[in-house]
Amino acid sequence: MRNLFATLIATTFLAGAAQATTIYPLDRATVLTGSPFDFKVEFNSVVKPEDVKVTVNGEDYKAVFGSEPEFVAEEKGKEDKVLGSALVLRGLTIANAGAYKIEVSAGSETKSVTWDVYGTSETPKAKNIIFLIGDGLSVAHRTAARIMSKGMTEGKANGRLNMDEMDRMAFVGTSATDAVATDSANTMSAYMTGHKTAVNALGVYADRTPDSLDDPKVETFAEALRRQTKKSIGIVSPAEVEDATPAAVVSHTRKRGDKAEIVGMLLDVKPDVLLGGGSAYFLGKDTPGSKRKDDKDYIKLFQDAGYTLATDKAELEKAAGTNTGKILGLFHTGNMDSTLDREFLKKGTVEKFPNQPGLVDMTKAALGELSKNPEGFFLMVEAANIDKMSHPLDWDRAVVDTIEFDQAIGVAREFAAKNPDTLIVVTGDHTHGVSIIGTVDDEKEGTEMREKVGTYASAGFPNYTDENGDGYPDKIDVTRRLFLSANNGPDHYETFRPKLDGPFVPAVQNENKEYVANEAYKDVPGAVFVQGNIPKEGDSGVHAVDDIVLQSTGPGSEGFKGYMEQSDVYRVLADTFALGVKQTQ
Amino acid sequence: MRTPDRSIPLLTRRQALVLAGAAAMFGSSVARAAETLGFNELYSKFGVLGLEFSDKVKQLTGRQVAIRGFMAPPLKAEAAFFVLTEIPMSICPFCSTDADWPDNIVVVYLGEKQTFVQPSAPIEVRGTLEMGSWTDPETGFLSLLRLRQASYATV
Repeated sequence: MRNLFATLIATTFLAGAAQATTIYPLDRATVLTGSPFDFKVEFNSVVKPEDVKVTVNGEDYKAVFGSEPEFVAEEKGKEDKVLGSALVLRGLTIANAGAYKIEVSAGSETKSVTWDVYGTSETPKAKNIIFLIGDGLSVAHRTAARIMSKGMTEGKANGRLNMDEMDRMAFVGTSATDAVATDSANTMSAYMTGHKTAVNALGVYADRTPDSLDDPKVETFAEALRRQTKKSIGIVSPAEVEDATPAAVVSHTRKRGDKAEIVGMLLDVKPDVLLGGGSAYFLGKDTPGSKRKDDKDYIKLFQDAGYTLATDKAELEKAAGTNTGKILGLFHTGNMDSTLDREFLKKGTVEKFPNQPGLVDMTKAALGELSKNPEGFFLMVEAANIDKMSHPLDWDRAVVDTIEFDQAIGVAREFAAKNPDTLIVVTGDHTHGVSIIGTVDDEKEGTEMREKVGTYASAGFPNYTDENGDGYPDKIDVTRRLFLSANNGPDHYETFRPKLDGPFVPAVQNENKEYVANEAYKDVPGAVFVQGNIPKEGDSGVHAVDDIVLQSTGPGSEGFKGYMEQSDVYRVLADTFALGVKQTQ
Repeated sequence: MRTPDRSIPLLTRRQALVLAGAAAMFGSSVARAAETLGFNELYSKFGVLGLEFSDKVKQLTGRQVAIRGFMAPPLKAEAAFFVLTEIPMSICPFCSTDADWPDNIVVVYLGEKQTFVQPSAPIEVRGTLEMGSWTDPETGFLSLLRLRQASYATV
């Protein structure tokens, strides 16, 4: 018995030791010529530096890479556990396009990867790029927004969304390097760096050490623009500006939760226009409402760097009219409210922050400022609340935010009509597990709400109206409404109705840290209990692994077609701006 | 459907139980006058550049107060404090890398150990109100408003 146990331990140990050595960037990485990145080799054991051999296309790597790496004899994990030796070479660049095969050996460990280093066109195809991203934007959101906003008669849409007018499209795979599933950090990071990474990571490959700020970096799109061009950069999002999607334009961290550090990274890159929520991470720790753990006053640091500050809709309008060149607009301590709450129901936190601008206002202000630069600009606009309302299964709010997103796309289209040297990209970062299956009709016979769900022919058409022509339904709680249904979630009560008192909170945690159905909805007439199908530690609906649909129009958009990995999208953006070529003196 | 004639005696009985429970829990402190403070009374101003504590909070600082709210899931079972929130937490900021606390939280340091209750159950906490920046030495958790020497009971 003891022998068997010993054998088991030995086997397990050997299996662990047999894990492959890891090289970052990973195999099949795509790298822009001249774009700095960190090269790292993680050995599974402690090796001698003299035993380490690294070649690039058969030649010694020091000659090819042109600099000396740092050898780390012992990398430490949690509780000082020795993980093995490592080689680190930071800020490496490769000037010439081509395939680069990296072969590493040390003692019994060997590993090889091949990178595809690519260049770009010699001249830019477009002067401006407007990159509009609906966080979590799934096909159901688009379809529901079209039907809710434009209506449908005899099976044909009564109108088209702005996103329906894009010329070219691609299906985009969103999986992470460590999982088939994905989050908004690694997905936006892939768009903004051209490298896929792990869930929760931004602008880095996820290495094995616990420090979240030492992982091998790759260049962000904003950094590439600063390096090669004099273009302006704009970031717009109703989320906290230090939240994953806006952060990915500039940041490097293994953990998207490093929000205090991300604010510092935003200041390092200095996007010319930065609009959104999240002021709590800009305030020193002694200011009530602050979420920092230090005394740094980033409001002042941004102002000292030449930014005009706006804290509500009126101040944003005023700032947009001034000529300072840089605008910091922070309109909420946390995430800004959803469109349905902000513009119509006045619920959520609207009472505390009554004058928040919407995505359309922010997009207009950003375009007005950025377009003053004769060298052009890159503007990222995120409709964050599509995702933030899809997580709690609040489909009505998610769809109304999709309508607002579409109106922001309309602003971009108007700009591009006058400035045809503009590429517009409309996409999501990942999908949600949601579909429209028909309608809920209060007029249908029956006492149970599920009797009132219309499927197939009995679904009929919803009866939303838009009398004032603002593109939004006059009311969300019509008698025959779209029925959107999640394919996953925690235990919750399905009420079959819009949540007019504030965003849906499907589940709350119990003393065992398990999420249980929120009893607040139990007594809503007709509510039914829905058994969750994800682990009980999950508080809300999760992201789906389904492809997302990317649409694009304007010069450069011909690069989008067929199936693409999310990291391939970067290559099209880089090519559109010819980022392989220095455009500054 | 609930009928009114049933719910009235039920409520009364529950109130009676709560009162009895509270008296047992608070022990001697129940005799001391505790001013009640509501979550909606904590701030006089919400703004992007910071929140402002209300005059009531400023006046009650250093005094015995009672606040009703919900106990957020503890950081760790043996933590010296817990976080009191206005509504039950539907996310666990300690569990997820991207989740955040609401801005109107009160950190509660208990006078004596008490068992944690269901986070969805409303509780009333009594303790000495303390205002100002404080970093919990054990966890690094930063708070601006605290109840010290506190005890609580479900309501």
